[in-house]
Amino acid sequence: MIIASLLFYLFAAVCIASAVVVVTARNPIHSVLFLILAFFNAAGLFVLLGAEFLAMILVIVYVGAVAVLFLFVVMMLDIEALAITDTLKRHAFIGAGIGLFLVVELVLVASGWVASTGAGASVLAIPGNVTNTQALGALIYTHYIYPFQGCGLVLLVAMIGAIVLTLRRRPDAKRQDVATQVAKPRGVRLVKVPTGSGV
Amino acid sequence: MMTIGLPHYLTVAAILFSLGVLGIFLNRRNVITLLMSVELMLLAVNINLVAFSAFLHDLGGQVFALFVLTVAAAEAAIGLAILVVYFRRRGSIAVTDINLMKG
Repeated sequence: MIIASLLFYLFAAVCIASAVVVVTARNPIHSVLFLILAFFNAAGLFVLLGAEFLAMILVIVYVGAVAVLFLFVVMMLDIEALAITDTLKRHAFIGAGIGLFLVVELVLVASGWVASTGAGASVLAIPGNVTNTQALGALIYTHYIYPFQGCGLVLLVAMIGAIVLTLRRRPDAKRQDVATQVAKPRGVRLVKVPTGSGV
Repeated sequence: MMTIGLPHYLTVAAILFSLGVLGIFLNRRNVITLLMSVELMLLAVNINLVAFSAFLHDLGGQVFALFVLTVAAAEAAIGLAILVVYFRRRGSIAVTDINLMKG
């Protein structure tokens, strides 16, 4: 129990610290790398909560795909780190005020929160005798099948949209034009080349 | 050492969410950092969902965390694609430069 508490404080502290670096770093590459660290520690928090499948999904999908996508784009776009200007300082002041207000508000809500007596007694109760992955699968493929298929549709649309947006036809690229090739009036021609001279 | 309860997780999520909001206010430099702030906010939402799911013994929260992950991945892909196209056209992704659609 003590170890679980210590692990919680470790994961939470590293997660929040790396989130601070994500927000404040000058260099976007540092931001992306600390975002990856934050995701790893959030995965640790998920494991502590008993949601192993989501923790693994977070590591595989987020660290493996989304964060690497961010990294690729940051490196591709060649952005220079900009200096902090006066307007930025003004925005920082306003942002810090709003952020602090939001934290206080949310923590007040979180600490004064009481569960209703009927909560948790639903059909979606966590079964005790199967693993988290199995329980989640049994729920996703039965009770939540339509939202799950909708998720697949969202991902498909996102994939097609990203491809369509970033595809560009380069006019200088040499590519085979099958129609012109076939429509040529005389196709293959045999040429007798004399020895010692070119065509 | 006191035992870890639901308010602990909710506090972590609240701090992460507020950091995401703060990042949106703070960053006028480039849109990529804004997208990363949005990812942080969605991560905070996921921590909230999973914490409630674990402490209420209700698996629905984890299912919805899965859906949030899906939507976040789609959003990141589309956002970055738009960003790449924008950078090709304008050569800059500073937030202050994105004012073409201003009326």
